[in-house]
Amino acid sequence: MSQSYDRGLVEDFGRWREFSAGMWAWLFHKFTGWVLIGYLFTHIAVLSSALNGAATYNSTLHGLEGLLVVRILEVGLLAVAVFHILNGVRLLFVDLGVGIGLETQEKSFYASLILTGLIVVASVPVFLEGGL
Amino acid sequence: MAERYSSFRAGSTRWFLQRITAAFLVVTLAFHFYLVHFLHPAPQITFGGSAGRFSVPSYFVTMVLFLGAATFHGVNGVYNALVNQGVEGTPLRAAKWVLAVAGVLLFVQGVRVALALAGGA
Repeated sequence: MSQSYDRGLVEDFGRWREFSAGMWAWLFHKFTGWVLIGYLFTHIAVLSSALNGAATYNSTLHGLEGLLVVRILEVGLLAVAVFHILNGVRLLFVDLGVGIGLETQEKSFYASLILTGLIVVASVPVFLEGGL
Repeated sequence: MAERYSSFRAGSTRWFLQRITAAFLVVTLAFHFYLVHFLHPAPQITFGGSAGRFSVPSYFVTMVLFLGAATFHGVNGVYNALVNQGVEGTPLRAAKWVLAVAGVLLFVQGVRVALALAGGA
């Protein structure tokens, strides 16, 4: 059976001290979603260099990847994507009625955060050095 | 019969599509990251390598579906965020059309890139 709750205006960031784990999960999912859709537009814009031929494509991509700041930002992108995926899987299970107890939801959120951290830390050398 | 919590409900196509695309994106986004950041690190990406991958029909179709799902999921997510923020009426309708047009343009441009890469092999 469907249930809904009046949570007030949840994007009232002035209430951040009152936020529980669930509110942080909601906020992080929203924030990472904004970053990912913003990145998708940028990503397609960069890859559009392919329309001008191989030389333009290669010089554009290699020029960007030659910048350390870009590689560091890519680690941030990985963090954002991994959290959005893991927390998204959690939300899909909740939507299906699996793991909806408050304590289970909090634990699965913390698990998403920890797993994201581990994957990102383990991936830093690959991103900064360029390959496995 | 015992009650079972679920937020699935009839009559909300956008809600349902948001979940379907989410499930698809979990797999394709992870695959994409693995392929072009770990297996083929970004600094080593070349037009020839990308063209080789896009010339494989199953890869091409998967990437176009990936783009379509990501575009819908993202644009619909932004729309939902605006609703959560309390935007309504004319501003919300205007935002809906801006997002819809931006989404279509993004998808079309992405397909153009995919076709250019597929034709470059």
